[in-house]
Amino acid sequence: MSKLSIRNVEKTFPGRNSTAPTRALVPTSLEVADNDFITILGPSGCGKSTLLRIVAGLETPTAGEVLLEGKAVSGPGPDRGMVFQSYTLFPWLTVRDNVCFGLRERGLPRAEQLAIADRFLAQVGLKGFENHHPAQLSGGMQQRTALARALANDPKMLLLDEPFGALDHQTRELMQELLLGIWEADRKTVMFVTHDIDEAIFMASRVVVMSARPGRIKCDIPIELPHPRSYKVKTTPEFAAYKERLTEEIRVETIKAVTMER
Amino acid sequence: MSPLFTPLKPVAPALRTVLGISCFVLFFLGWGIATYGGFVKPLFLASPGDTLTAGIALFREFGFAEDIAVTVWRVFAGFAMAAALAVPLGILMGAFKPVEAFFEAFVSFARYLPASAFIPLLILWAGVGELQKILVIFIGSVFQLVIMVTVIVSGIRSDLVEAAYTLGAKRDGVVLRVLLPAASPQIFEALRLVLGWAWTYVIVAELVGASRGIGHMIIDAQRFLDTGQMIFGIFIIGVIGLITDLLFRALNARLFPWAKGR
Repeated sequence: MSKLSIRNVEKTFPGRNSTAPTRALVPTSLEVADNDFITILGPSGCGKSTLLRIVAGLETPTAGEVLLEGKAVSGPGPDRGMVFQSYTLFPWLTVRDNVCFGLRERGLPRAEQLAIADRFLAQVGLKGFENHHPAQLSGGMQQRTALARALANDPKMLLLDEPFGALDHQTRELMQELLLGIWEADRKTVMFVTHDIDEAIFMASRVVVMSARPGRIKCDIPIELPHPRSYKVKTTPEFAAYKERLTEEIRVETIKAVTMER
Repeated sequence: MSPLFTPLKPVAPALRTVLGISCFVLFFLGWGIATYGGFVKPLFLASPGDTLTAGIALFREFGFAEDIAVTVWRVFAGFAMAAALAVPLGILMGAFKPVEAFFEAFVSFARYLPASAFIPLLILWAGVGELQKILVIFIGSVFQLVIMVTVIVSGIRSDLVEAAYTLGAKRDGVVLRVLLPAASPQIFEALRLVLGWAWTYVIVAELVGASRGIGHMIIDAQRFLDTGQMIFGIFIIGVIGLITDLLFRALNARLFPWAKGR
């Protein structure tokens, strides 16, 4: 059985002030196996974030359903940890209390919260920053905290919506290695949305390419690069072959999207 | 163009202080020239020296300290009552749109009712005692504050709320542990502003049917055409306003250090 089943999910945003409604997603189906690392790759406005937000329960689909371990998703919940593109740490809480947030909502004893928080903060390399406030951290550190905060809840799945999109290139590559390392260690099921081809190939066991508006799944490519992967994989011929293929797929869609905007 | 007058360019702290003080100096200088130079009759405007003498006499002979205490007490009592009602109501209105829909039109209407116009009615209802003065301040502040708090809570970043939901927060958790802390610094700032307005209402309330208070003293002084006392009374209000303003700012920086520079 799949970990996650997306069944004929579609989304149409109602039009505002007599503008036509926007069809963000045609009926879309996708099965995600346990321990899979799926990246959803597509040009901006292809509905990839909408799809992820439906899985998170932050948007309700116009039709269709999402099943997590066979149970229908009806709203957001701690079983699907999410990291957003924008910095969503709570600015009034310290790094440690941010990571404790979900545990506290669940009513865990404080001592247990702290033990779990410190373990995940160490895992994302933020030991020593426990008592900092988000405003004192760089963007990369904030997203690492957000990742620790999502992982601390021990979710069944991790959903990431272009989490490294606002970071500079070098920091982004380090973050990819960090996330991949965490995944290689405990193989949590991951759904990762991005428009960066290298990022999509490097971390994924499957790359799902989405087409321009209205969004639909165009192709689904398994990435058979060996694990553990280091950054060096990015310069191998195998990687280049995947990149060439995906570049072609995406390019067509981007051109379509651009001409539609005109 | 002078580099000092580049738009939005900050000014050095020392220069800032000097400029701030210069404005006061110029003000007193202009006042001194107008009065000592014989350009304005003492009947209409007392000189700075006469004002100071009148002020000292007020404290020594007329128990002005008690007037100040009475006025300060009225302001804080009315303001505290307004805040105790307006802050929770504003938070509920900001968080829950049906509550907002129910109250918003009425509060917007009530906000334009001038507090001073209620004085005759309030005297009829509550007599000329303390309650009447406090109610004027309450009416003058409460509706403004409700609207301001509602706007502040409505404007809290929705991605923070979404993040809280994906971490397992339920409705109450989102209101108490996301919206409330996120809005606190701005609510505090709104309280500071409205407290300033409360000072204008208390004086109006004290001009009618009062036997103590700064406003009452000013009316008394008018009977004897003592412009020195009148000006001194107005000055004291300004000084108290300045002090409470500074206290509020200091408290805000102390309570919400994480919000600094936002």
